[in-house]
Amino acid sequence: MPSPKSAYSIPTKKGKLDTHIFVVWVDNEAGVLARVVGLFSGRGYNIESLAVAEVDAAKNISRITIVTTGTPQVIDQIKLQLKKLVPVHKVADFKREDKKVIFKEMALLKIVAKKKKIEKCLKECKKFNPVILDKTNKSVVVQITALRRDIDKMSKKLKPYGLTSTSRTGAIAMTRGAETFK
Amino acid sequence: MSKLYTGAEIVFKCLEDQEVEYIFGYPGGAVLPIYDELKNHSSIKHILVRHEQGAGHAAEGYARSSGKPGVVLVTSGPGATNVVTALTDAYMDSVPLVCISGQVPTHLIGTDAFQECDTTGITRPCTKHNWLVKDIKDLSKVMHEAFKVATTGRPGPVLIDIPKDIQFAKTNYSKFKKEKKLNGKIHNKFSQNEIDQLIDLISKAKKPVVYTGGGVINSGPEASETLKEFVRLIGFPITSTLQGLGAFPGDDNQFIGMLGMHGTYEANNAMHDCDLLINIGARFDDRITGKIDEFSPKSKKIHIDIDPSSINKIIKVDLAIVGDVNEVIKSAIKKINKKQNGLKDSNKQRISKWWEQIQKWRTKDSLGFINSDKEIKPQHAVKRLYELTKNQDTFITTEVGQHQMWAAQHYKFNKPNRWMTSGGLGTMGYGLPAAVGVQIAHPDKLVIDIAGEASVLMTMQEMSTAVQYNLPIKIFILNNQYMGMVRQWQELLHEKNYSESYSEALPDFVKLAEAYGCKGIKADNPNDLDDKIQEMLDYKGPVIFDCHVDPNENCFPMIPSGKPHNQMILGPNDKEENKITGKGKSLV
Repeated sequence: MPSPKSAYSIPTKKGKLDTHIFVVWVDNEAGVLARVVGLFSGRGYNIESLAVAEVDAAKNISRITIVTTGTPQVIDQIKLQLKKLVPVHKVADFKREDKKVIFKEMALLKIVAKKKKIEKCLKECKKFNPVILDKTNKSVVVQITALRRDIDKMSKKLKPYGLTSTSRTGAIAMTRGAETFK
Repeated sequence: MSKLYTGAEIVFKCLEDQEVEYIFGYPGGAVLPIYDELKNHSSIKHILVRHEQGAGHAAEGYARSSGKPGVVLVTSGPGATNVVTALTDAYMDSVPLVCISGQVPTHLIGTDAFQECDTTGITRPCTKHNWLVKDIKDLSKVMHEAFKVATTGRPGPVLIDIPKDIQFAKTNYSKFKKEKKLNGKIHNKFSQNEIDQLIDLISKAKKPVVYTGGGVINSGPEASETLKEFVRLIGFPITSTLQGLGAFPGDDNQFIGMLGMHGTYEANNAMHDCDLLINIGARFDDRITGKIDEFSPKSKKIHIDIDPSSINKIIKVDLAIVGDVNEVIKSAIKKINKKQNGLKDSNKQRISKWWEQIQKWRTKDSLGFINSDKEIKPQHAVKRLYELTKNQDTFITTEVGQHQMWAAQHYKFNKPNRWMTSGGLGTMGYGLPAAVGVQIAHPDKLVIDIAGEASVLMTMQEMSTAVQYNLPIKIFILNNQYMGMVRQWQELLHEKNYSESYSEALPDFVKLAEAYGCKGIKADNPNDLDDKIQEMLDYKGPVIFDCHVDPNENCFPMIPSGKPHNQMILGPNDKEENKITGKGKSLV
């Protein structure tokens, strides 16, 4: 085996990757999103989706929801590194498979087609709480809420029916039941 | 109505309240109001550097040798970008720095104004936290919080960017009250149960080793005393990382030398073969662990650290205690003394075989080298420097490279805060400005920068600072005309293709010293070495000592890349043995 010409060690085997959802409560101040996102890019972590908005105007708190993948060790690191940031108040971390947590994404779909095809589309959307936001003779804009993979499937499925434009949010999450994350 | 103060005045009021005595800086357009205010505050002395990187490293030297945060003041744009290397260095080595940078007036931010740059954007990944102050009312709060963030928990650098109009704007200032309450980001809540587990593991170990790092130094001088008591009590061998040197006396028999890539044979083998590893304030850096998969394979591992994100980052441990090193060890000592008085003796019996094994490794004399009477060997030069300075309280800084490793191997430190070196970032050019900062903190002590000729040229301009403030720093250059560590790697890994690692057209360092207005001494004969070193030590002023050493010397022992601790390359003394086993050769 040829010796690696490096002053650094060779990468070791990678473990199994899990998908996790992080919910981060931060002070809503300039640069805070850059700090969180910069932590991910700077340390080579991956962001699948991101959603952020202020949730408490009085306390000036924003809630950031990040979907990421990593080995258990990396997931642990992400959590601990996030907690070290000065404007971060608390960090929750859920496995995607976690039954106690609700995950949802929203998508706006614009379909340009003849009436029949549009109706077919709306039928397909039925499972995902469709709301028709705009309708003309030739088009419809429909809002659906679902899981990521369902929206993926829908976009694929609706393409032949005249789906011309998709706009999606990142996932947001909330625990079931009366308890809140402390 | 209470008196109104300008932003510039508030900056100094905060610095006074934080008991800052020195700031290292360089003026420029966007900080002129602050510089103008300097004259009204006699308790704060400004040290004018020659390059902002120098200000950062000087503040690091000041902080690491005094335990107080270092304060840096620079202008916008190039002033701020020049200090980025020093901030990153401080971030990697956990040094508390507070950097104040000027910024263009708020209404010009984002217009590509003269000397504008996105300072908080650029420094975000290399500071613990940073602030752009856009409202004068926030200034004093931000200033005080900056000191708190920099100095609490795992220390590190912070930056406050103050636009010029904010420096002129006026508001009132309320007296600062020092909080006793701990900040929410500090983790010092270990449980007695964890201490019990620690003692249980200690009492069962047959082949233990204690591995300490810079965290012990950062925990304060008391932590080193506590560590000494703890290690003597349990009787275990102790090794240290580069940054931890001095926390435990280097000439003590329980100390088995530095570990890692250029650590001793006994320390690295002890790490590999041990059954209990107690990491105190270190972070399993890749220069320490070697190959991760084969790192200390048979041991239970304990990690004591104040930074929760250091736990399980690289090496999974069996017991993690998150807390201040001093507090954790103190409560462990208390518990041992209270409940398990017999531990002291029973431990010594149980681990006596282990000590025998360590003595065997020690006989390898892995730091040995073949001395010469014709050329000065760099190791010999460091050893002589140690012998001639060990009887006084000496502070050593270094640059980065072979000379740094030789200094770490052959200079023995008995007290904390006496050893300032760039470990994490490995910044060539660190040592000279750091020595300036150390000398500022300790005006009557001996401060030596053990340097390489390539590194020291990177920040040589700071000699001018040393001369201006009459700082008697000694720059001890091990001049081998190569970027020695680069040359060594090229020899070992790249078939001796010494691509661009030879330093052509080096300056005459004696003349250079004279040009700066200090003393130059050159040594190239081993027989004169002691006299010349003595001449350097006797001179009351800054000295550049140009020590010409064997250009072909390599730094051994060494763990080659991707190898575990028990597969080291030893020095030339050991070549005979290597031929027999063939082990050393196959590793290169």
